[in-house]
Order: sequence, then C-alpha cells, then structure tokens
Amino acid sequence: MAIECVVLGAGQEVGKSCAVVSINGKKIMFDCGMHMGYVDHRRYPDFSLISKSADFNNVLSCIVITHFHLDHIGALPYFTEVCGYNGPIYMTYPTKALAPLMLDDYRKVMVGRGEEQQFTNENILNCMKKVTAVDIKQTVQVDKDLQIRAYYAGHVLGAAMFYASVGDAAMVYTGDYNMTPDRHLGAAQIDRLHLDLLITESTYGKTIRDSKYAREREFLKAVHNCVANGGKVLIPTFALGRAQELCILLDDYWERMNLKVPIYFSSGLTIQANLYYKVLISWTSQKVKDTYATRNAFNFKNVQSFERSLIHAPGPCVLFATPGMLSGGFSLEVFKHWAPCESNLITLPGYCVAGTVGHKLSDKTTKVDVDKDTQIDVRCKIHRLSFSPHTDEKGIMDLVKFLSPKNVILVHGEITNMSYLKGRIQSELGIQCYYPSNNETVSFPTTHFVKADASATFIRSSLTPNFKFLKDEATDMAPVQVCDERVTQGILVMEKGQKVKILHQDELLTMVGTKQTEVEFAYCFPFNLCSLKVPVTDDNSLIHILNTKLSDEVAEFGVQDCMDVIQVNSFHLAVCKNGNCLYRINSHGSTMGSDCVFFCCNWSISDKILAWRVISLIKNMSSSVESVFG
Amino acid sequence: MKLTSLSQSGGYNLPPCHIISLCGFNILFDCPLDLSSLTIFSPISAQTFTRPSSNLHPEMLDKTSLIAAEPYYKTVQTLHLWNVSLIDVVLISNPMGMLGLPFLTRTEGFSAKIYATEVTAKLGQLLMEDLVAMHMEYKQFYGPKETSFFQFLKWEELEALPPALKEVILGKDGTELGGWLPLYSSADVKDCLQKVQTLKYAEEACYNGTLIIKALSSGLEIGSCNWSLQSPKRNISYISSSVFSSGTAMDFDFHALIQSDVLIYSDFASWNGVPCVHSENSSSIVPLDPSAKSDNACMSELLDFDESSEETEKLNFICSCSMDSVNAGGSVLIPIGRIGIILQLLELFALHIESSDIKVPIFIISSVAEELLSYTTILPEWLCKDRQEKLYSGKPVFAHEELIKEKKIHVFPAVHSHELLMMWQEPCIVFSPHWSLRLGSVVHLLQRWRGDPNSLLVLEEGVNTDLALLPFKPIAMKVLECSFVSGLMSEKVPQLLKMLQPKLILLPDYTKAFFNPLNDSLPCLFYTENETLSLPSSKNLLELNIATDLASRLTLSKLKSEELTISRLQGKLILDQGKHYLVAESQKKMTPLVHWGKVDLQSLLLALEKIGVKGSMEKVNIEDGCVLHVFEPNKALIQVEETKTVIGSDDEGLASLISDAVHSLLNGV
Repeated sequence: MAIECVVLGAGQEVGKSCAVVSINGKKIMFDCGMHMGYVDHRRYPDFSLISKSADFNNVLSCIVITHFHLDHIGALPYFTEVCGYNGPIYMTYPTKALAPLMLDDYRKVMVGRGEEQQFTNENILNCMKKVTAVDIKQTVQVDKDLQIRAYYAGHVLGAAMFYASVGDAAMVYTGDYNMTPDRHLGAAQIDRLHLDLLITESTYGKTIRDSKYAREREFLKAVHNCVANGGKVLIPTFALGRAQELCILLDDYWERMNLKVPIYFSSGLTIQANLYYKVLISWTSQKVKDTYATRNAFNFKNVQSFERSLIHAPGPCVLFATPGMLSGGFSLEVFKHWAPCESNLITLPGYCVAGTVGHKLSDKTTKVDVDKDTQIDVRCKIHRLSFSPHTDEKGIMDLVKFLSPKNVILVHGEITNMSYLKGRIQSELGIQCYYPSNNETVSFPTTHFVKADASATFIRSSLTPNFKFLKDEATDMAPVQVCDERVTQGILVMEKGQKVKILHQDELLTMVGTKQTEVEFAYCFPFNLCSLKVPVTDDNSLIHILNTKLSDEVAEFGVQDCMDVIQVNSFHLAVCKNGNCLYRINSHGSTMGSDCVFFCCNWSISDKILAWRVISLIKNMSSSVESVFG
Repeated sequence: MKLTSLSQSGGYNLPPCHIISLCGFNILFDCPLDLSSLTIFSPISAQTFTRPSSNLHPEMLDKTSLIAAEPYYKTVQTLHLWNVSLIDVVLISNPMGMLGLPFLTRTEGFSAKIYATEVTAKLGQLLMEDLVAMHMEYKQFYGPKETSFFQFLKWEELEALPPALKEVILGKDGTELGGWLPLYSSADVKDCLQKVQTLKYAEEACYNGTLIIKALSSGLEIGSCNWSLQSPKRNISYISSSVFSSGTAMDFDFHALIQSDVLIYSDFASWNGVPCVHSENSSSIVPLDPSAKSDNACMSELLDFDESSEETEKLNFICSCSMDSVNAGGSVLIPIGRIGIILQLLELFALHIESSDIKVPIFIISSVAEELLSYTTILPEWLCKDRQEKLYSGKPVFAHEELIKEKKIHVFPAVHSHELLMMWQEPCIVFSPHWSLRLGSVVHLLQRWRGDPNSLLVLEEGVNTDLALLPFKPIAMKVLECSFVSGLMSEKVPQLLKMLQPKLILLPDYTKAFFNPLNDSLPCLFYTENETLSLPSSKNLLELNIATDLASRLTLSKLKSEELTISRLQGKLILDQGKHYLVAESQKKMTPLVHWGKVDLQSLLLALEKIGVKGSMEKVNIEDGCVLHVFEPNKALIQVEETKTVIGSDDEGLASLISDAVHSLLNGV
C-alpha cells in the first residue's frame, strides 16, 4: 500500500503542470499542461514515463484537470487526440466550458506566429467530448475503488482542488488556488480531510501580500490619469479570468466616476467569454453571485467590441487585447502602434514567461525588440499589475496546517521558494515535505486500516459512558467532579478462514464455552481506633471517617456510596467480625480489643497498586499511634 | 430501523411524507402542503358570495357552497402527532416537498438539520414567497376583520357542508381536520431557509459522524433528488417520483443507488391505480429473467422509452391547441405550476408564434417570475445533457432570456401593475399561478375569459377539475387537461428494482397486488399509512477499521483447546464519516483481565516451587474449595474454588508472585 508520485511538469518551475500519482495501484494524472516558454518537445510533459508502450488507457485510471489555464490543460488535446488517451477526464463545468476557448485562442496564436500547429480545432472539440464535468463537492466514483471530489480553489472561474481516495489512502492536488477572495471569486474552501499526501502549488512561496485594495486603487488611478490626459490604455490579457476581473473593476469605477471613455474588448472572443461568465455566475463569489436577479455583474455596461480601424482613432480609450504577456497576436500589434506615444499606458501582469515581450519590458526600457527585424521605441508608461490570483506564503502554510497531511509535495514554483517553504513545513508543522524536479519520483507508504468485524456488544460497551465522580476539595462550589473516560477494550479473535472479529470479553467466554475464573487478593489486618483521634460510635461512622481521611491522600477515593464499606473500583474494604478470618495472615496473635478492629479487604489484579497503597496508608495511621502511646 | 409512512399520496404537487428511524436518528422525508384542497374556498371575485344561512340541498354542489373565508392550508396531519424536537434530520426532495416546512421550523423545539439541494431550496423559497404574496392579496380583498372559517368551525356547520367538501376537509377517514393551519408569514419562510443546509448533487454530507447523506438527481424537476443514506448499520436508498430523462432537469441518477440494504420506493403517483386493477395482466408484461441479460442490455432497455420526447409531443399539442384559440381570437391561460414545463412551453410557444402569422404577446404574471426566470439561466450544472451542451457551445441554456430581451415575453409581478395595463393586448398567452384556481392573477383572468368560447384554459390533470372550476361556472371557455410525466412507468419499475439489487424493498401497501406475484425475485415488504414498520437489525457485526500501529502492537496468543488466536485490544473508538475506527491511545501496559480455566493444585505447587515459593496443601473443603498454605518466603494463603482463586497475603511482592503463578495455569486475555 503506497503512493508513488511522478512529477512530469511544474517540478521546481512554473509551466506544464502535470503530476502522475499512483495511489494503491490506481494511477491518476493531475493536470496536463504545456510550457509557454518552449516551442520544442520540452513544451509538453514527457508522457513516455507513464507508459513506455504508450498504453495510456490501461495504465491511467483517469485524468483530472484543475482549471483552464494553458499551463494546466494545454497538452490535453495533444495527449488525447495525438497520443490516443481515451479514458475518463474530469474537470469542473466552467473549465469544460471555457477550456476550448482558451485552447483555440492559443492555437490561433501559434498559427499566427507561423509555428506548426500541434492540434486542430477539431482535436480540441473531440477532446472536450471525452470530458465529464463535475460540480464542486460532487463525489464521483471513477471505478469501484477510486473516488474523486472537487473543492473550490478560487484561482480562476471553475478552478478546483481535487481530492482522490483509494481504499484508506487519500490525497489532494490543489492546482492553483487563492486563499483570499478577490473581486469576482471566493476564497479556496476545503473540508478537513485525512490525507496521506498534499500536492500544492508554491508560486508565491516566499511572499506575504498585503491588502489588494491598495493595489487596485493604484491600477485605477493609473488608468484614470492616462485617459484623463487623452491617452490610450492597453491591457493585454488572456480572454478569460483576469480580463473579467479587471473589467468588473473598471466597469464599476466608470459607473462611480461617471466616465464616458469607451472600454473595448479586442475580439468577439472576450465578449463571448463574458456570456459564459454570466451563465456560470454561481461559481463566483457570493457578492457577485447575488447580482444575478437584478443585473448580472458580467453584463458590462460600458464595454464595446473593438474594430481594427480604431487603433489610430483619436481620443482616449481602454482596450483589453489578447494574448496576455504580449506574446504575439493582436495585443502585440496594438502595442507596436501605441508604445511610442508618451501619453499611453500599458498594464502588464505581474508574471510574464521568459521570452515574451512582456517579460522584456520594464519601467526603464526605451527600446524593445519585438521580433528579429522590428525594434520599437517605448515611451509609454508601464504599469505592473501586482495582484495575482495565487495564494501567498501564509495561505500555503494555512492550508498545509489545516489539512495536516502526512506528506507534502511542492510543485509550480521556483526552487528557492520551494526549499524555503519546505524548511518551514518540516520545522514548524513537522510534516515531511518534498519538491521533486521534473520526471523525478517520490514515494511513501499510505495509511492502511486493518478491517475487522466488531460485535454490537463491543461497540455498545465502548460507547457507554464511564462516569467517575471525583471529590474536589479545592473548589467549594463544585464539590463533585464528573469525568467520563470511555474505555475501549475488547478481544480480537482470529479463527482459521474467517474474518477477524472484535468481541466484548464476555462474548469471548461464551464463544469458548467457559466461565471466567477470577483471581482475587485478600487481606485482613488489625487497626487501632485511637489513631483516628475522634470518637467512633459504630462501624458505619468508622468507615466514614476512614474514607474522608483516605480521600485526602488518594485521588480515586471520592464520594462514599455505601455506609458500611469502602468500594473503589474492585477494591473493597469492610470491618471484619470473623475471628477465624482466613486472611488474617501474620495477625493471629492480635485480638479484638475495645480499641482494635479488623479490616478485611479484597481486590482484583487491576487495582493492585491502589490496594497496597491504601493498606499501607491505613497501617501507617495505626502504627503512628502505637509508637506515640508505646 | 423503522419506517412510518405519514402520507402515501404522491405526485408532483404532493410528494409522500415518511419518517425513518435509523441508528437512533429520526429522519423526515419531505414536508408538503396539500394545495389542491384550497379548492374548497371560494376565490376572490367581483361578486361576493354570501353563504346562505340554510342550505336546502347540501348534496348539491354549487358555487355558493364553497367556503368564503381566508383560506387555511392542509398540512400532513399525522406529522403533528410527532414531537418535533425528536426529529433529527429533514430531507427535502423537491420544491413541493418544502412548502410545509416553515410550519415545522417555527415550532418551538425544532432543532433538526434540514438538507436540500441548492436549487430545491431556492425554488422552494420562491414558491413559498409567491404563496405568501398571493395569500396576502386574498386577505386584502376580504379585509383583516374577517374571522377565519376554521377558528370557529362548529360540528353542525361541518355536517351541513356538501359531502365533496367534507371529504376534502376531513380526509377519507375523517381524521384530518387537525391538519389545517393558517398560512405562515414571509418571516417564517426566511427563518426556515436559514435552517436549510444546501447540497450539490452527489455531495456527501455527514450528519453527526454517523450518517452520510447524498442527494442524487431524480429527473422530476430541476434540482429535485432521491436520497442515499449510508450508516454503519444499513445503507438506505429513498426513491420518490423520478423521471429517466427530462427536457430540463438532469437525468435520474440511479447508478448511485445500486446494492443498498433497504430501498424505499414511493413513486407510484403516476400509476393512478392502474397497476392495482390490472395486476394480473401487467405482471405478464414484466420481463421475467433479467439475470440472463447483461447489465448494459438491461439498462438500455430501461432507457429505451424516451419520456422526454413523449413529453415534447404533449407540449407541442398544448401549443398547437393554444395557437388555434389565438387564431380564433381567444386568449390562453396557463396556470400550471411546474417550472420545467413552463420553461419548455415558453420556448415552444416562441417557435409556434414565430412560424405563424399572428404575433401574440406572452405574459408571465407572478410576484417571483422575474427572479425565477433569471435564476434558471445560471444553473447549467443541474440541467439535462442537451441543455449542458448548449452551455458548452456558448448558447443560452434556456431561450426565455433572449425572448424577454426581444420583447416577445413580458414579465410582470402582478396583474394590476401599471406597465402591464399599458402593454395589455388580447389575444395573448398568459402564464400565471396558481393551479388551484383560488389564488393569484389566474382568478381575475379566468373571470374575464370564462365566457369566451374561443379562449383556452390549460390545466394539469390530477386536480379535481369540477371543484376547481365550480366558482367560474357556467364556463364557455375551452379547458385542456394534460398529464405530465411525474414518475416511472409501472412496467419499468420491476426492471429498475431488479437492476438496483437491493436486499429489501419497502413499498406502499396499495401496490401489493402488483408486486406480490414478483416476490420471488424482488424481496418486498409493504408499509401502511400511519403504521410503523420495524425491520430487525440485519447485521450484528459492524465493520471496524483498526489503525496499523495499533494492530502491530497486539500480542497474539493461541488457545490450545481450539484453533483460535486471541489478543486483548485497547484503543480509542472513533466514529467518523459513518465508519468506526480504533486508534492507538497512549501506550499502557496491558495485563490480561479475563481468565478462564481450572487451577490444578498440584500444578500450582510445582509452579510455585519453581519461583521459590513453598507451601503445603491443606484439603479443607470450604464450599467445595481447597486451601493452600504458603510459608516460604513468607506466610500466605491460596484459596482455590471452581471459578475463583483468592490470594491472601500481607506481602505485596509475594502476592504478585503467587498471582503470576496462578495466571500461568489459566487461559487469559
């Protein structure tokens, strides 16, 4: 019984997320992403490591996709349509709806750049037909043993963390997530689960971010300043996610400030995407969701679609253009025209993949090589968007602490962040942590429970309250303390060829067909009444006085149940009137005088220690008197 | 486990109501209102009905015999016999099963956890809010001072009522008078909804660590569900009205109900008593040996009958009848309450109007229509496959959103709203509640059109039409009664039950005639309304999961006499997600606590000698026992009886030495 995890992508890097985990023999692929920074074979995960003979259908139980970003889904059409995987694929409803847009947009960019296209639009549609959509918290029985369940991750619309369990072993793969709610999405949410493994992203493993509102204000101020001075604002984004978030922000701001400057979306694509967002509004935050009945928040009032001719139109405007990071396509084209003008503004995402124009730009850049032949003068202002829908260090630590898994694997981050985070997780939480590089395997044993049949009597006896009443002299208000320590004790029985059974001890005796043989201890000893220093009228008062004295010393002694005996657990003490008591060992010489009585006690082995302690206490009382009075 | 059926009735508008006791918890399934009984009240109308002081012919039913008072609402009478504080869980299967819930939640002592799907809770809320609004409207008409009919109801008055009304009020057996209550307030509705925990389909909710509760799509209505309950003792499936494939709701998800210990099947409303009458014939239709077929073949056979296409046909029929009326200059009034049907009708009407020459407006008049319609556009996850495909291809899942934008459909909160009066044109098609024809705008419109032979009223079958239409008589208007699928076809049920392979099926007693002949292949038990059916505990053994570290710590010992290996087990018992776990506690030294066997004196002497204890046997027969005296290293006494050995000593060390020796002669654990 073990978990074996091969990280095919996003090991010590960001890009082409893909982890293949085998739990108790079931292999699951989590995410099937592509790397935006490469154009050769390195852009895809090395699928040959899953199966040398490319027999993916038999090797993999299922594929789970966490969200529609290309570094999590980009390789899926390639894997299903080119590599021939035909098995089940799971993703949330929004991911299934939005992923084809994302993939096709990317395909067009590739074609536009003159690269060989890896898959056709038809491939994408065929691939999506194989996908089973799931809802948050819906428990899906993939096969007899494998169960998966999605949890809200809050990274983009439809992003989910996935829980998977086989037998007693369980794990969670987070994908990308955000532990703080943002403008349009809620925070990640998960149940307290018993996990053997947590695979978490660590993009911002070493950063703690402050409030987002300040940065949002900064962004709005920058945009407002620009358009107020007649400048044009270019916001290169991918069609989905960030575009809608910023648009909610701007649309709302425009309403409040009563601005009339047009906001454009570059292609029909994003307008189309907004339609999806409207239908899927229940996957956003509660606040946005509640707008469905009155005015759907994704019904942007000030947004229009952009015509190519408008690039050179005079006057201020705001333009959302794809793709993000200025990696080519329309956004780059507009950039070429707008960058040389000082009054314009370009906003760029906080993270741009190496190799893109977005990566090359900074505040000090004056010239940038767009491609081999073109160099552009950059005179416009550049604003870096510093809000990212990823969790920060605190969020990761909170999640790990909350779930308290047995092992943690870090993916989707830079190696320095990972090693720092690993240190914190191991030292502060005492949880084993790994950050394998690509194509490296990590494995460890999993939780396993031994299955047995328990009898109803056993369960009942274990659930029966076991009250103890303790006297607490310190607090007058509550002289009696009640504690309920349930004792689970039973007998495990293995019979040849039968399932292991757990029985109550009484049932075992019936099963064996005998009665219990008790082994008891007994002792009868004399006691000098003078030692009590109080007049004793009868046996009952004697026992009462003795009990009070003993309860000062021994915690188990509390309220006296009977008048004439002291009974604690199996220990039993009473005044002995029988002159020939068998248990008067070594005391036959002593006689019963007026000031001397015999106490006869018996107990079973479980109270051995208690009994001898009590006996020595009583004897000490008696002997101290003898020594004083000679 | 116990099952008490509180109300066996069924169908879309009045789901059955049961209480099940499982693992010590009382679980209530659905809490409906019988709104069809509203028909005993007379509706708001222009002419006031005065109740005649002496009705000469009480058997004669005319509009004056209806009760002209603020309506009361008929709840499940026998539910009031339960102490609400003893109900632990309430499961709501569909919006109609929720309408009586505020009565329950406002009762003092109510503390149960209520589960419903997200959509059921929302639709239920809208239906209840609409009901409260319509009732308010009614009340405004009668004025606040009107004393209620039920409050001062005298037996003589009740006796004077026509028998048809009396039966509605008292029920068939004359016991249901106590079930009538004045309607809850909107505050009660709000309060009720705050107590509902909403679920997604197939989400596992764990109650008290013991029950795992799952809602599974039933196909009846968007968001409606069947239930699967897993407990340490039994797995239970609960099926109420279900539809294999619907034009709006997600398909009936029966796969998750396979192989339960007990299956409660209460979906017989759509049978209309047919199977009971023709049981002889219908049993021969039932396929006899499904075991010969593969599961897949069985399943495809089960699904070959396409309910949704039949339904579409019916809906198209309604549309074409309506178009005929419209062509003749009449208007169409549709007071049907089913949300799925309304949504489909809106789409079909738009197509029919599109293809005809006459352009008529469609009005939807209800206080919650606007919210309801926009809500239906944002729940693609809960819809049937075809609608989900629309989402993926970027089309709206329902056409009504576009139709409203294109001003082909007009939505108004009330019939007297100014905008409506400005827009109003006839002929037109109007969707308006309530199907009982006593509340809502339907009453006004029916008054208006009842004399028009060209107008059309579309009703759902199942309502007592005579009684419902009584106050509007004489009626020249055409009336179309339609039945919609609200459950599985009788011939499909045995097939389904066989495929689900439950160990036991619980069925309502009126289906005895149908199922008894099948008893060989289907293990059935029948329950009767208002009687408790107890099932003895089936498994005496529960599964226990023992942590490996605890298991590895066990000291196993073999019993010589039998082929048994035993060990004492000590730990902490945890109940989590319906499973029992035994985990290791802080390690304590475990000594055997139970011993059995015989102490043989000779062997005891030998055993003692080995450890340096010497003694002499003394055969004193005190109550069939013997006494052994020990004198070295100290004085002690061992008293051996049949099932008891007593060691008497004042030396702690010696006493434990002896006890070890005694124990070595016994079996112990």
